[in-house]
Amino acid sequence: MDFWFILGVILKMAFILGVALLLYAPVFVLFERRQSAYFQDRLGPYMGGVKMPRAVIDNLPMLQMGGYASAAGAGATALLSIVMVFLGHAGEPGLWILPISWGTLLLLSALGAPAQAVGAFVLPHLFYRDRLTLFGGLHAVFDAVKSFTKEDIVPPRADKFLYSIAPIIAMIPAFSLGAVIPFGPDLHLDYLFDTLPTEGVIDGPVAHLQVASLNVGILYIFAIGGTGVISAAIAGYSSDNKFALLGGIRAASQMVSYEVTLGLSLVGCFMLYDTLRLDEMVTWQSENSFLGIFPAWGVFYQPLAFVLFFFASIAEYKRVPFDAPEGESEIVAGYFLEYGTGKWLMWMISEFLEVAISSMLIATIFFGGWDVPGLTRSGWEAFGYHFDLSGTNWEFLSNFANSHLFVTVVSIAAFLGKALLLGILSLQVRWTLPRFRYDQIMQLCWKLFLPLSLLNVFVTGVLILLFS
Amino acid sequence: METNYEELDEDGQLELPAEPMRLNMGPSHPAMHGTIRMVLDLDGETITDVDIQPGYLHRGFEKSCERGTWNQVFPYVDRLNYVSPMLNNVGFSLAVEKLAGLKVPERCTWYRMVLGELARISDHLTCNSASAMELGAFTPFLWCIKTRDFVWDILEQETGARLTHSFGRIGGMAKPPTEHFKEHTLAVLPQVEESIAETEALLLKNRIFLDRMQNVGNLRPERALALGVTGPVLRSTGVDYDVRKANPYMFYKDVDFDIPVGHDGDNFDRFMIRFEEIRQSIRIIRQCVEKMPDSGPVNVDDPRFVYPDKSQVYNTIEATIAHFKMVMEGVKVPAGEVYSYTEGGNGELGFFIVSDGTGTPYRVRVRPPCFLNLQACREMLVGDMIPDIVPTFGSINMIGGECDR
Repeated sequence: MDFWFILGVILKMAFILGVALLLYAPVFVLFERRQSAYFQDRLGPYMGGVKMPRAVIDNLPMLQMGGYASAAGAGATALLSIVMVFLGHAGEPGLWILPISWGTLLLLSALGAPAQAVGAFVLPHLFYRDRLTLFGGLHAVFDAVKSFTKEDIVPPRADKFLYSIAPIIAMIPAFSLGAVIPFGPDLHLDYLFDTLPTEGVIDGPVAHLQVASLNVGILYIFAIGGTGVISAAIAGYSSDNKFALLGGIRAASQMVSYEVTLGLSLVGCFMLYDTLRLDEMVTWQSENSFLGIFPAWGVFYQPLAFVLFFFASIAEYKRVPFDAPEGESEIVAGYFLEYGTGKWLMWMISEFLEVAISSMLIATIFFGGWDVPGLTRSGWEAFGYHFDLSGTNWEFLSNFANSHLFVTVVSIAAFLGKALLLGILSLQVRWTLPRFRYDQIMQLCWKLFLPLSLLNVFVTGVLILLFS
Repeated sequence: METNYEELDEDGQLELPAEPMRLNMGPSHPAMHGTIRMVLDLDGETITDVDIQPGYLHRGFEKSCERGTWNQVFPYVDRLNYVSPMLNNVGFSLAVEKLAGLKVPERCTWYRMVLGELARISDHLTCNSASAMELGAFTPFLWCIKTRDFVWDILEQETGARLTHSFGRIGGMAKPPTEHFKEHTLAVLPQVEESIAETEALLLKNRIFLDRMQNVGNLRPERALALGVTGPVLRSTGVDYDVRKANPYMFYKDVDFDIPVGHDGDNFDRFMIRFEEIRQSIRIIRQCVEKMPDSGPVNVDDPRFVYPDKSQVYNTIEATIAHFKMVMEGVKVPAGEVYSYTEGGNGELGFFIVSDGTGTPYRVRVRPPCFLNLQACREMLVGDMIPDIVPTFGSINMIGGECDR
């Protein structure tokens, strides 16, 4: 428990929560609300933004032109660098005067030119009139600020303590589930810019990119995730509203039921990976391969479990078509009917965080987590060929692509991208499917999902016995 | 009588005393369309009893009609079933013409039929898509409402208003058809067909939607007849009563169309019947457009009932006086009483009007199809669950303006 350990944990917590709160939640909110706006030919939540000085707004076309010009310059530099590297001057100072070499210059300008061109292209869309809105992404932030500054109204006959604590309890699983999710491979701090060996133990300080590597792993997720039901139940109970009570009861029974499927659908994965730890699951998936060419992602071995787990998790965070606890057309808003202002915001944040966290979980268990096909600890590798250009003029390129830091960054980005896509997929369901009736949700769980997940366990067991 | 729950317990099991929860739903509740209050007795989520209380949109329609002239009733009837106002306009025109013994020109009748069927299309599109939306499927709503706007574009082009047309007149219509009426109408019909097909493709293979609609809100034909239910709700139970066939008014006996009937009287049947009726309406419109003459008068040639032409009003003293008398005193409808009924969007829309020979109606009584359909709602709902209220109540298509008047 030294200083560096604690600092590392704090940084990792900040990263995973920051990604969930500042990237996923606004993107999901934006995706959902802007999409509905596009459907209906209206502008949608777009106006919230930071007021910018007149000089910036008026000169946006100039800035855009400058961006394009800069991109063109970078492109020219890249072409020149390619020529110079081709001629064998990769190690010499770039443009004959810069402190960086031609090779580094090529990397920087080749990445920078498209980035600047795209940046210049989207620049005007980041603004609405005289405000910086980031495509409307800042609207969610402004909504949050607005919610917290409104008058807090508690129903007069509500149980004030339970009413107030329910949204706080709802935040607990949303915030603490991220702790066991591995978001990247081990980071060897001494060798950030080197290419790691493919095999063997590496000495020196190591940062596990996972807040807590618990040996109970996935069980922790079920334990903490199970507390979510408490918040919905006591919110429904304490609000002094019959609609809220109905919603609370629906939420309680639905979440408890689907937790069974949620757990049982993963048993096959435990048997396959032979571990409960999420980081070891990812390692297993990245080290094996499926039929020789495909990555050994859980979804290929356990497709049924993936489908069951995906839908059970949608039911867990109560979104369409499993949103009977909210059932806007029959019980108005369900268990958080009486909530307003910041408390309502806490419900919303916890809901979107749960979407984010369960998408991360699905990405970890079924889509190889941070695993990228063709990317190993020592760099890019496919069909037995290791990407290595040493001995040629282009040596710096493979050194860069195979460097430990770059590999790690690509892995983390792959993980975040997978989770983001899964989250958007689960939100996308909303526009097409009608809502289940409460008893149909229960029937679906106990009569279809549960037997199927048991069948999955059975078949997986038989196959493992046969092939091992 | 107080029930002693301990005595009820025969198997020696511990029974907790439970009494039904009384839940007040509406009038400000998303499923109640803002105008209905339902007091539910609930056993868990199952509805054991329901008390349906309409009347929150009562505006004194019938009394208001007795205060103005005959032609001033038209803006009021617009606001009965405000999803298909043209059908109400036509219905009231027919009632007064029946009392006055007027026979409108052939062109006007075809014109009324086309406009009325367009209104029926817009009514059914709204009802069905809103039903789907209330179940959570948002996309069909947007598709159908987009198409409804195309239908309304035609109505706007003809009448000048999208919703409250006030277009009917005694002995004719306010204006003759516009120049491009026929081609525009025929151009919209394929779009309606396409959006229905799209919606059906999205919903009818969806297990969730079928489970929510099928076998929910059942109504038996004998109960439906006993309660005076008409329209798509009655036809869903298997009774093929449609005023257009049973008592053909206008030229409905000259056009070829079918009456779709259901079998179970459940929400799904009502949903399917509305879409099928849209298809039948399209058939009717195509035939009407074919048969409608391109020229000829739209109003009857009877200066007692029809306003004189504006050029006459401004230039001749006789027409000015006639116009003045007609506006200030109203057209003089012969004394007597009549009941005239047409097929509205929701069923038999009847007007019982009494005239004492003056320019003002003595009594205008509406038989609103919604109100009588709503009577059956209790029987449909008891025994179902709370979420079933949404599709069941939605498929009755209760329109507050018509129900409460």
